[in-house]
Amino acid sequence: MASGDGTSGGGTLLLGTTKGAFLARARGGGGAGDGGWDLDGPHFPGEEVYAMAYDDRAGRSRLWAAPHNPFWGTTLRFSDDFGASWSGKAERSVKFPEDSGLSLKRIWQIQPGSAREPEVIRLGVEPACLFISHDAGERWEAVDGLLNHPHRERWHAGAGGLCLHTIITDGEPGGRATIAISAGGAYRSDDGGATWAARNNGVRAEFLPDKHPEFGQCVHKIVHHPSNPARLFLQNHWGLYRSDDWGDSWTDIANGVPSDFGFAMAMHPGDADTVYIVPLESDGFRCTPEAKLRVYRTRDGGASWEALTEGLPQRNAYETVLRDALATLAPGQVFFGTRSGKVYASRDDGTSWRLVCEGLPPVVCVKACAPREA
Amino acid sequence: MPASGTPAAGVVRVTLPAALTEFTGGRAVVEIPGAPASVGDILAGLGAAHPGLRDRLITERGGLRPHVNVFVDGENTRFLGGLDTPVGDGAEVVILPAVSGG
Repeated sequence: MASGDGTSGGGTLLLGTTKGAFLARARGGGGAGDGGWDLDGPHFPGEEVYAMAYDDRAGRSRLWAAPHNPFWGTTLRFSDDFGASWSGKAERSVKFPEDSGLSLKRIWQIQPGSAREPEVIRLGVEPACLFISHDAGERWEAVDGLLNHPHRERWHAGAGGLCLHTIITDGEPGGRATIAISAGGAYRSDDGGATWAARNNGVRAEFLPDKHPEFGQCVHKIVHHPSNPARLFLQNHWGLYRSDDWGDSWTDIANGVPSDFGFAMAMHPGDADTVYIVPLESDGFRCTPEAKLRVYRTRDGGASWEALTEGLPQRNAYETVLRDALATLAPGQVFFGTRSGKVYASRDDGTSWRLVCEGLPPVVCVKACAPREA
Repeated sequence: MPASGTPAAGVVRVTLPAALTEFTGGRAVVEIPGAPASVGDILAGLGAAHPGLRDRLITERGGLRPHVNVFVDGENTRFLGGLDTPVGDGAEVVILPAVSGG
């Protein structure tokens, strides 16, 4: 185990698992893990960590994690020394308003705002709602337009819970944002979060009698690239889609994939046409098709997809990669973790892969960052 | 084969997911006679006509399994009266596995 002093300057993986959080630090030059990885953890042993984040805005070098204890609930924790110590359980309290009748179950997403809103952090939580802090995480408030959304009573939870797991913004304070709820669908706000409208036109819901309702879809993940913010890519509970108009309409792009079911989706950090997914056979089986662990990549905005297999097991690989367990880091690094506790890394845009570690508890969150030098 | 046309009076037509058609001889649409008045009556009728099917829908405690949804005329009965939801003559009943996020 390596000690954590936050000074590596190389690529670091934030790994959330069902039994705690781990930090994997690249050894050697370049931070791509050529010299191997040091694993640090578990932090919060025994607790589920579905959400982690790194905030390097405004001179900070702060880790965030949201451990969920099945007995004592969810807490939001931060570390300014890269995991050597964490804030106390009571320091950052995320609570629904008393009159809402809701109580926090899990935090599914911790999303620092853009460089233009350096004190803003957003949380996606279960039961589905968005929380926002305007003071870098000191105080939190539920976003009223979603908390009191008229569709709320018709959103429905599956085995994973009623979670708001995706937050995308145009980066402008008070600007446009898209969120996704499983299972409620995608919603967009054009007024800084005051009001939210369903944006699911073209996205199907296999599990409802009406396959194309206004809302209620089980969207698993949406990604976009800041250089082309109106273009969104969506991995659905059955369905792979692209929108070129901020979600007003969606087009099927499941061209040449073995299954359009899956959870994970990640955007290339430097190319707005390149997206990664890990298809799963079906919602009943939820393992990689043909027992082959394959990441799929499009480099043309979804017109075609190619299987990436070099370095990944192609026999007896009954793997599952969940919605937040696939991540990218500039310039061309890609990472993912599996439900069987393996973590893989690529430094060539996904063309080839190396094992970072195995034997972890089920991996539910992978975030990649390049911590600033101390 | 799906049934076609309008069901006879007192008969409710139920659409089943593919995963349950092994109990119905491969039929995705079955008819429940006897003027069933509620979702509970429908499920009882399904069980009587197709042994083993009710246990896949109802737990031993008598409640609908948590990841099964029963729709009556497009409405999820979880948001209505559950097993007590009334089923009118000619109602369209659809049973589907619930979405299961993860």
